[in-house]
Amino acid sequence: MKILHSDVLVIGGGLAGQRLALAVKRRGLEPSILSLVPAKRSHSVAAQGGMQASLANCFKGEGDNEDVHFEDTVRGSDWGCDQRVARMFAHVAPKAIRELAAWGVAWNRVRAGEHEVVINGERVTLTEREAAHGLITARDFGGTRKWRTCYTSDGTGHAMLYTLSDRVIAESIPVLERQEALALIHDGQRCHGAVVRDLMSGELSAHLARATVIASGGYGRLYGISTNALINEGMGAALALETGVARLGNMEAVQFHPTAIVPAGILVTEGCRGDGGVLRDADGHRFMPDYEPEKKDLASRDVVSRRMAEHMRAGKGARSSYGEHLWLDITQLGAAHIDRNLREVKDICRYFLGIDPAKDFIPVRPTQHYSMGGVRTDHRGESPWLSGLFSCGEAACWDLHGFNRLGGNSVAETVVAGMLVGEYVADFCQSAHGDLEISTALARDFVLREQRHLEQLLTRPGGENAVSLRRRMEQIMTDKVGLFRNGPDLESAVAELAGLLARSEEIGVRGGLDANPELVLAYRLPRMLKVALTVAMGALNRAESRGAHFREDAPARNDRDWLNRTLACWYEGEALPTLEYEELEVSRMELPPGFRGYGAKNLIEHPDAASRQAEVDEMHAAKLDRHAAQSYLMSFKQFLPLKYRGRNERLDEPLP
Amino acid sequence: MTASRTLTFHVFRHNPRDPDSVPGVRDYQVEEAPGMTLFIALTRIREEFDPGLSFDFVCRAGVCGSCAMLINGRPGLACRSLTGELPADISLFPLPGFELIADLSVNTGKWMRAMSERLQAWVHAAGEVNLNEIEIAMDPELAESIYELDRCIECGCCVAACGSAQMRPDFVGAVGLNKLARFRLDPRDDRSDAEYYQLIGDDSGIFGCMSLLGCQDVCPKELSLQTQIAFMRRAMARQGL
Repeated sequence: MKILHSDVLVIGGGLAGQRLALAVKRRGLEPSILSLVPAKRSHSVAAQGGMQASLANCFKGEGDNEDVHFEDTVRGSDWGCDQRVARMFAHVAPKAIRELAAWGVAWNRVRAGEHEVVINGERVTLTEREAAHGLITARDFGGTRKWRTCYTSDGTGHAMLYTLSDRVIAESIPVLERQEALALIHDGQRCHGAVVRDLMSGELSAHLARATVIASGGYGRLYGISTNALINEGMGAALALETGVARLGNMEAVQFHPTAIVPAGILVTEGCRGDGGVLRDADGHRFMPDYEPEKKDLASRDVVSRRMAEHMRAGKGARSSYGEHLWLDITQLGAAHIDRNLREVKDICRYFLGIDPAKDFIPVRPTQHYSMGGVRTDHRGESPWLSGLFSCGEAACWDLHGFNRLGGNSVAETVVAGMLVGEYVADFCQSAHGDLEISTALARDFVLREQRHLEQLLTRPGGENAVSLRRRMEQIMTDKVGLFRNGPDLESAVAELAGLLARSEEIGVRGGLDANPELVLAYRLPRMLKVALTVAMGALNRAESRGAHFREDAPARNDRDWLNRTLACWYEGEALPTLEYEELEVSRMELPPGFRGYGAKNLIEHPDAASRQAEVDEMHAAKLDRHAAQSYLMSFKQFLPLKYRGRNERLDEPLP
Repeated sequence: MTASRTLTFHVFRHNPRDPDSVPGVRDYQVEEAPGMTLFIALTRIREEFDPGLSFDFVCRAGVCGSCAMLINGRPGLACRSLTGELPADISLFPLPGFELIADLSVNTGKWMRAMSERLQAWVHAAGEVNLNEIEIAMDPELAESIYELDRCIECGCCVAACGSAQMRPDFVGAVGLNKLARFRLDPRDDRSDAEYYQLIGDDSGIFGCMSLLGCQDVCPKELSLQTQIAFMRRAMARQGL
């Protein structure tokens, strides 16, 4: 048996995994990154519109700071997030973007003087300060009160991923490409690494590590149509789930992005609307202001997606051979702006739709886009149930996004989490618990278990067809666990998915054990179904509507009964996952639950909300320095690594 | 819309790790659908006829660079190639110049990492910055020019279309030369032309290019590879004098 060893095994080579690897390497540890694909091909590369960080350089960003970013994020999450984590994140995001700027990302910059932009359908002239010339600029995005989303044209994820990958190469960190983790090696209390399969040769090995990190992205491909890359099949969540010990958090929180093209499901960035584009219906009418007079086309994604679906249900959708859709109109932005700032959008329209977005409307509809749920961790990124197992980025639920993520907060989260969790992983490795103590017999048992399982797949008679089971799963998720949900549909989804899981044990494989896509689907599908079941059951149990989780039979956000986080665990030998709930404590919130300012106002209040709000109001009435007020309400800096506690300088906020 | 066509795909099949595998071409017939891409067609082939067929798609949106292959002899991204723009007979071969994994899957990742290590293709900055402080200003136009060259997706099309790369396996390709042009433009990178000369001042680098310009013809991101190579050659020739 082949045994490999690193200090830190990072599963996933996207932005989060690579930034984490750099952090631990700089602490003197030896990380290895496992990646299904060459690291630069990870799904992070597809992020288009930008990264939120409260730099406050551009005119429409003036006055921005961590407080505003924090509040926007909590409102966006529909109060489902961990406010401590949101604070840590908002504080470190400016540092993360400045680090990336130093490492080579060519962020778009402020040009001093006048420039024309489109806001709410009107051309307006803005004047940028001389002092800000050449600093990182930002664009408008949904659910934010300031222009905070920093960008490189509409290839932000690409620019960030290439810069981080180049640093990983510069710092000689090995990326083991085309390698897949099949199972975590653990003893029920401590994780020791993973069983790894080489996707080219089929060879299995035990990769042992002091700390193991799941940074493998989301589970969007459980749905038939998704903006996600094909590799986002939820295998990171499945790895944790199959330990029977680690828990997944808020798996029912699945985001649908308003603007994916029809029919391919490819994303066109929220930056289209941020830069002044609008949504139109079959009659060419701009309908969003009718529903959302305040934020209009730039409410949060969950709200805009639901309003679009509502409008199509009212018979206002444009018809096509691929079903109904709406239109995204960016013609008013003009060819010059599109050529400079929305060039990927232009390419996508040209290659996949045969249209020019400077002249034609883009057919769009809400499409699965992001997984707020994931491997539940504490604010340090570690699983509270399995020591030595960490997670960060979209794969994790630490929990920054609650029930809805704001645009521009995902790539920001990947690098911030990589920086922070990387420090905590290093602390863990260098602590008394961090030594690797494992018998080779345990590693061998895990490898042999996987080996036998794969061999068994080749000898099965193959009564079931993996492709048709998968298509059925995708259909169930789309139809019954989608944008609008209800009890009876979710019940039937759980029953059907459980049936598919049983049938997936009968899938047979014809080819061999090496590079064989049929084998890959055969072993992944049962895992996908398990993850799908945690999503469907979480949605069935949660009898309220919060963020992206919308129940037609329980349309109110019910803080009284559901201000909590869903935890899913799959105990060994059980037919279904077990759900439990973790309360969110109102009395410790810096921003007590209330109306978001957009979306339907339909709320059952938490009994403690009013008294906590009174405390918070009293603090604000005292007119303290904003840092002092914040610290009294919910101190968080002690949870940050020392090196990231310093204040962030801004043009209007010099360092003390 | 024109009447639906039956497409015939002639697809290269071979598993180099299987001693019994003989390289060959297998034909598949697929009914064309509106808006069909090679990604959709190959997925259909795998699902309906040949579950063992290997190919690489990741983003399927033209941004990740995984799916470059020879499409009727020409390097291109399969995911964004519409069958409607191709004849009814479509031949698909793996990208030449890279190690074959199986069928249409090649190891571009290994090649690109080796090239990056050899050319030290990252920003060489003198020290770390203080992350609490306002970032160093950069001219807005310069930032946009750097991003323009940064748009390379390492798909390998330029290497597959390159005469020099076919003759010299150690040639760094337009992808490598463009990267150094990008870092040379970047004020955050401290390297001098003398240092770049050490990396590419020979026939495996800038002087190996024969100016056939196949790279620019096939680049899916329409990068100005010809111009970048010309600039670099002039700068490096100056160093060599």
